[in-house]
Amino acid sequence: MDIDHGTLVAFSKSWGLFYLIAMAIAVCIYTFWPRNRKKFTDAKNSILRKDDRP
Amino acid sequence: MVAQLTKPERQECIVIVLAVLALGAILAIAGIRDPLGVHGLLIVALCLGALLYLLNRYNDPEPTGDRSTVYYDDPTRVGIAFTMVWAIFGMFMGVWVAAQLAWPELEFGQAWSGFGRLRPSHTTGVIFGFGGNALIATSFHVVQRTSRARLAGNVSPWFVLFGYNLFCILAVTGYFMGITQSKEYAEPEWYADIWLVVVWVTYLILYLRTLARRKEPHIYVSNWYYLAFIVVVAMLHIVNNIAVPVSLGSAKSYIVWAGVQDAMIQWWYGHNAVAFFLTAGFLAMLYYYLPKRANRPIFSYRLSILGFWGITFFYMWAGSHHLHYTALPHWVQTLGVTFSVMLLVPSWASAGNALMTLRGAWHKVRDDATLRFMVVAAIFYGLTTFEGSFMAIRPVNALSHYTDWTVGHVHAGALGWVALITFGSLYTVVPSLWKRSGMYSNKLVEVHFWLSLAGTLIYVFAMWNSGIVQGLMWRTYTEGNTLAYSFVDTLVAMYPYYIARTLGGLLFLIGAIVATYNIYMTAKRGPVADEDRADTPILVASDPQPTPAE
Repeated sequence: MDIDHGTLVAFSKSWGLFYLIAMAIAVCIYTFWPRNRKKFTDAKNSILRKDDRP
Repeated sequence: MVAQLTKPERQECIVIVLAVLALGAILAIAGIRDPLGVHGLLIVALCLGALLYLLNRYNDPEPTGDRSTVYYDDPTRVGIAFTMVWAIFGMFMGVWVAAQLAWPELEFGQAWSGFGRLRPSHTTGVIFGFGGNALIATSFHVVQRTSRARLAGNVSPWFVLFGYNLFCILAVTGYFMGITQSKEYAEPEWYADIWLVVVWVTYLILYLRTLARRKEPHIYVSNWYYLAFIVVVAMLHIVNNIAVPVSLGSAKSYIVWAGVQDAMIQWWYGHNAVAFFLTAGFLAMLYYYLPKRANRPIFSYRLSILGFWGITFFYMWAGSHHLHYTALPHWVQTLGVTFSVMLLVPSWASAGNALMTLRGAWHKVRDDATLRFMVVAAIFYGLTTFEGSFMAIRPVNALSHYTDWTVGHVHAGALGWVALITFGSLYTVVPSLWKRSGMYSNKLVEVHFWLSLAGTLIYVFAMWNSGIVQGLMWRTYTEGNTLAYSFVDTLVAMYPYYIARTLGGLLFLIGAIVATYNIYMTAKRGPVADEDRADTPILVASDPQPTPAE
């Protein structure tokens, strides 16, 4: 099979759409997964703790 | 600089310097009949200076005690010094080239001082010199604090810092001699590019190894942004600089890409340099230093994650909006428009997140110029990303492209967003780095703030006016269907705006000089901090009434 301009365009217009949407859904699931809430709250407060030593 | 290095580490430094010196000597010999030879000699001279310094300090006392129990901030301190030196150099070149547009005789008839050679020294000086050093310096600081771990190396941070500055020096000195690839923001030639790859991979490994040492379970969002900056810049830089030199003794090379592919790769690089060099890393500063300075956590951590992935997914596709109405296939242009418009969502998520963090704390913004730097930066970030999405739409671009509107847009981002967030971050980090209770002079921070804001506004408004006037004049037709204005007519119309932009830039430069003096004096003899509070922000929660101008 020849890989020409048309082939690449068809591929990017179809699969390009799907994989970006799939990644977006994955990110939303990660962000709103209930069990992650505590981890995120801890993280945003962690930087305000005293930080002069490792 | 060598105080925290052991004897074997100092030997390691000497070996590295000798190796670079040898490479410089090879370039000098191979390129003896070419500008390349000058760069070879320059590398040799810089390495000899470094060698002299290292040998002089070789017998200095070695560090005692367990170094893993303290953060390694020496590279950050030196990085901040480099940041300010490049700020003054880059902004001075900017004022000079701006003045040349109004008064062309400021070229002085020399080859090296023509607009074409000075302009890239301005862009490289401010983006890579000022911005890049600020990013490296703050990333070393932030990754250690958020990971609660010392940098994973004692020599490699120096290699990254000095190696990167060697790249910047080669770039800028090359332009004066006429060495350039003529690719915007990617002007340095093949040998400097290869060197940057070595430095950048070391940076990535250092960063990843430090994160691997972390004691916090979760990697704080700033580190994601810094990592995106490091990884994507490596990818962009390599792909956009695959070039074949004419010979190993010549500075000149030819890129392997041809025609419209070359143009597309260049602007895929160019726009993502805006995204991942001038945005991602500075958002990392915003997400760390703004909460730190305001002493309250970021408004929504989840929003920051969505914003991060939105920016990394969307920005990759936006570059083609630089090539509207060209030979680039129409659908690729449309793809660029679509993603540019979508980018508004994650961009405003970050800007809004920053501003919402300050709800209920706006009195601090009134009183604290440092916080005000960061707030105004977030506002300019929001404005500029809106403007960028708008300008990427094809019919708008038909008016704005090739005009000063683009220049105004870039400077709204570079001055209003990038430089202001950097100065806000530096004023936050500098006192704690030198164990001071605050900056040497809060009044000077205030002066710097108003100089910067006035300079940015004058510059941006001048360029908006100038750009739209220029764009409209170019497309005005007479009744007989001929162009109403010659190119020289448009130049005459630009003249007052060119003077205004020079003035705006000059105010910004003066602000940077004031900041450099203030940072230097803070390091030398600022108010000494109480040991217990060495690393806490100046505005602590127990502070009921922050004094004005603090």
